[in-house]
Amino acid sequence: MSAVAKAQVLDEEGIDRSLMRVAHEIADLYGSCEDVALIGIRTRGEFIATRLASKLREISGRKIPVGFLDVTFYRDDFRERLIQPQIKGTDIPFSIDGMSLILADDVLFTGRTIRAALSEIMDFGRAARVSVAVLVDRGHREMPIKADFVGKNIPTADNEHVLVRMNEVDGRDEVYLVEYK
Amino acid sequence: MGFLKNRHLLGLADVSAEETATILETAFSFREVLDRPIRKVPTLQGKTVVNLFFESSTRTRISFELAQKRLSADTVNFSSDTSSLMKGESFKDTAQNIEAMKVDCIVIRHPVPGAPVHLTRYVKAVVINAGDGTHEHPTQALLDMMTLQEKFGEIKGLNVAIIGDIAHSRVARSNIIGLNRMGASVTLCGPPTLMPLGIEELGVRIDYDLDQVLDWADAINVLRIQRERHGVCFIPSIREYRDLFGITRERLGRLDKQVTIMHPGPMNRGVEIDSDVADSDNAIILDQVLNGVAVRMSILYLLLGDQPG
Repeated sequence: MSAVAKAQVLDEEGIDRSLMRVAHEIADLYGSCEDVALIGIRTRGEFIATRLASKLREISGRKIPVGFLDVTFYRDDFRERLIQPQIKGTDIPFSIDGMSLILADDVLFTGRTIRAALSEIMDFGRAARVSVAVLVDRGHREMPIKADFVGKNIPTADNEHVLVRMNEVDGRDEVYLVEYK
Repeated sequence: MGFLKNRHLLGLADVSAEETATILETAFSFREVLDRPIRKVPTLQGKTVVNLFFESSTRTRISFELAQKRLSADTVNFSSDTSSLMKGESFKDTAQNIEAMKVDCIVIRHPVPGAPVHLTRYVKAVVINAGDGTHEHPTQALLDMMTLQEKFGEIKGLNVAIIGDIAHSRVARSNIIGLNRMGASVTLCGPPTLMPLGIEELGVRIDYDLDQVLDWADAINVLRIQRERHGVCFIPSIREYRDLFGITRERLGRLDKQVTIMHPGPMNRGVEIDSDVADSDNAIILDQVLNGVAVRMSILYLLLGDQPG
């Protein structure tokens, strides 16, 4: 099976614009953003969370706490995945009790990662509220989960894949629709 | 197949440097889990692990059991002195009967070297060696290496001395293999009567002068005289052993540097190590115990990880 890039969906500017809109939507919902924290799901979700936090600081003037979640140990499909686990560790350096948490990830697909993230976050305390922000929603949900904030909806076929590259880890910002043949 | 090349963990001789690094890296991730408010992850839900202990154990057994519980596996404990072995059942029958109950993993400690390898011939479950006679104790060496890595940042280039009853020590053997593979230099020190012939072939230096060894070492792993394996028969007296090879405050005080002290336990305080040394800031013995749970979680995760439940 080979992967062929079908189309560039977002470039650097497009990603930035999408995240700025998401940040404004979060600010509209949470007002002064008091007691709001961002939790990025590793790997690329951590950069989405960091960028959203900096945009929210521009908008609200408030420094938003950021934590990172590694859901490897909580996934329900890892026994079937014949890949070496890339564990980067969870790092939430603040109490989540009573906080409004926003789980941030790059792509929302089956919903299993968010399900695992919700299970894990419950072990850290009792958040007042948890919502989900993603750069891309590609559909094909297998769980009753939806994103509250979406940068871009990209309807995809089964044989397609959304490839997100981010400057912090890949050296450039872009989102491609890839087809497997 | 798990995430490691071999299905079982029988000894460090079968584990490459790359795999050792993976095990330690994964163990550090589990250390973070052990510091959480809820020290439990659902990773091995639905897996059943049997702890098959044919020999006394405190730390290893509790550590394995805790690791299994922290990963949400179902745990069954077997103790030979309260089992049908007392009624004459053979090792093979015991193993096959346990296997028939559909278990995924067997952790075995046995006084006979090679018992875990023998067990793999009778069972389909993953086998983990928790110490077999004087042969190997791989998870102990892995937790020792993890503790050294935590303390010094990396293992490569470290000078590590293993001191005491080398002849009867499975911990020494596994440590020699693991530390050498990860780029540390290892020196053995102990009474000549407790130094196995030809041990240099494993790539270690032997030095019978403890003061010289302490001067050279960044870290020392202190072993006890194994009374249950007749270790005391090989030395003139406990007092003489303490004078020549005991880690005392006075001896360490003569050095112009600090030495990190490790001990796999159980300690014979006042024999191979003095109480005030064991309880000093330079001792990382309790860190070893905590890291033991993380390392065993890592091993269980990597060996049982991707098999259909």
